[in-house]
Amino acid sequence: MIRRTLLAAAAFALTLSGAALAQAAKPNDAQIAHIAYTAGVIDIAAAKQALKKSHNKQVLDFANEMVRDHTAVNDKALALVKKLGVTPQDNPTSQSLKAAGDAKLKDFAKLSGKAFDKAYANNEVAYHKAVNGALQTTLIPDAKNAELKSLLQTGLKLFTEHQHHAEMLAAGLK
Amino acid sequence: MAAAAGLALLSLAACNRAPPPAPKTYQVTIANMAYGPTPSGLRTGDVIEWVNNDIFQHTATAKDGSFDVDLPPQAHARTVLKAPGVVAFYCRYHPGMTGKLVVAG
Ligand SMILES: [Cu+2]
Repeated sequence: MIRRTLLAAAAFALTLSGAALAQAAKPNDAQIAHIAYTAGVIDIAAAKQALKKSHNKQVLDFANEMVRDHTAVNDKALALVKKLGVTPQDNPTSQSLKAAGDAKLKDFAKLSGKAFDKAYANNEVAYHKAVNGALQTTLIPDAKNAELKSLLQTGLKLFTEHQHHAEMLAAGLK
Repeated sequence: MAAAAGLALLSLAACNRAPPPAPKTYQVTIANMAYGPTPSGLRTGDVIEWVNNDIFQHTATAKDGSFDVDLPPQAHARTVLKAPGVVAFYCRYHPGMTGKLVVAG
């Protein structure tokens, strides 16, 4: 199970940083906004699953934080695209993100107790790391609009903090 | 000249004997996932008013446990500095957010 989880995390990281992003060479702002928003939605869905399944206070606190922070930044993103008159545009990166996120939800649905907590925490580390990588190497440099770029930079700070917090959480569950 | 210096000394001495200055309130603002600069010249009895201008919820949590303030977006909250010393603080949600208060007696 652990091996499968690790593999899936690795495959997911690969999807994000490699093939899909290369394929969508130089996404435009409408696509970048869609990718960033989707990344948030996926983490919120994962957190909601954790809120239903976990009984561990640290895990529940972390999951509540993910829902709160990602909702805040996504609300801001929605307000910004509305202001800019941009319609977020679905794209292969968003689609592969979504597919990987859905697969995780399905995998983790079968777990319970400590096994679930660990799988969730480890995946949160891998996920935030992968999104940080994508933000740094592609999404932020490729964003044209200054306000979108700035929001993505806030997103990077947020995801970096979440990664640290997830690492602490995962270490505490060992 | 000497008289002026003497006067200055006298008024300084008078100051020293005067009751301690009234407590002051200082703001520390949070924005963009970071604490703003912390004030210098803090004294016991002074008040820190935390202002969260960020879109995210944060906390101001003392490492020594002396305070732990929850700060939803737009929140203002006050912490009275009860003892002298250096108090390191951080955000429980975003542990990379840190700061330090230096409080004199
Ligand atoms: Cu925080």
